[in-house]
Amino acid sequence: MTTVSNFIIPAVIFLIVGFGFTAKDKCYESFLDGAKEGLKITVDILPTMIGLLFGVGILRASGLLELLCRMALPLTGRLGVPGELLPLFGVKLFSSSAALGLLLDIYKEFGADSTIGRIASLVMSSTETLFYTLSVYFLSVKVSKTRYTLAGALLSILAGTVASVMIGNMM
Amino acid sequence: MLNKIWVIMILLGILYGGFTGRMEELTAEALNSAQSAVSLCITTSGVLAMWMGLMRIAQNSGLIDKMTGALSPVLTFLFPKLPKEHPARGYIAMNIIANMLGLGWACTPAGLKGMEELRKEAGKKLKPGEELTTASDEMCDFLILNISSLQLVPVNIIAYRSQYGSNNPAEILAPALAATAISTLVAIVFILLRRTFGRTGRREK
Repeated sequence: MTTVSNFIIPAVIFLIVGFGFTAKDKCYESFLDGAKEGLKITVDILPTMIGLLFGVGILRASGLLELLCRMALPLTGRLGVPGELLPLFGVKLFSSSAALGLLLDIYKEFGADSTIGRIASLVMSSTETLFYTLSVYFLSVKVSKTRYTLAGALLSILAGTVASVMIGNMM
Repeated sequence: MLNKIWVIMILLGILYGGFTGRMEELTAEALNSAQSAVSLCITTSGVLAMWMGLMRIAQNSGLIDKMTGALSPVLTFLFPKLPKEHPARGYIAMNIIANMLGLGWACTPAGLKGMEELRKEAGKKLKPGEELTTASDEMCDFLILNISSLQLVPVNIIAYRSQYGSNNPAEILAPALAATAISTLVAIVFILLRRTFGRTGRREK
């Protein structure tokens, strides 16, 4: 299966360039054109990244995140959620790169094949990062009133997390 | 909403850090995180530019139109008010496909372009000179779907698992599919229920 994963990206690239070639598109010029716009997008995303990583950094360094997790522990423990995963759930709402750091810590400490490692893998692949996505997408179109988006997205993330914990515990 | 959450994070963090005597770590982390955000953006900007370049080929060669055609029934089901020929549909289709294949960095450019087209569509309903500040139904629904992210192959996670000595890195494939399907299903049910029972139009929050 890892080999299948290894083939996905080259296959997609081959498909796109091959299709462009047969459709007689000036592929290289199109590519440069798009890449230029891609770099502009990076510049647009950068402030959001700084703002969110900065906020999460303060929350973690102050110890407040740990405190919140300890407070939630009695409740979540009863539901079969390993306490070590709570910081990952919290951080993943804000930044996928910070969450990735926590995921790799979990792999190192408990092993990728432990129940905790499995649940963490599932949670990471079930949904996107909430606040990062919200902020990047809505800021890009200068929309500030996001209405029911947060509620819907949170509900979906909650469902994905509950499912990950249940499935991970069964594996 | 984001404004409030961000301010609370910063202020409570600093107050609690002062209370527990962690000001030194906090200072270091504040400076460090801002710095690492920039280096992260720079390292990923190459990949992002690469996907944007490939996407432009797909767009100019008509591949996106083909894929939109294939996903048409799904798009019409999810966004019934969006006209059939609307350019946002192509980008939304591309975003969904990139998501399903686990190509995280290919999702963002397509998603942002889709959002831009949805903004143009929503802007048509405004009076001249009026600024669009409230998200349209389509924008909200698209973002909820995007965040719920239906991912068929978690390419990155499988790679990290093998890097960290898993005996069977790909064993999470089917369970991950179940988890991501549940989160997306809940998102779709939420969107449909809101469309049926929620107030329509541009409600202020």
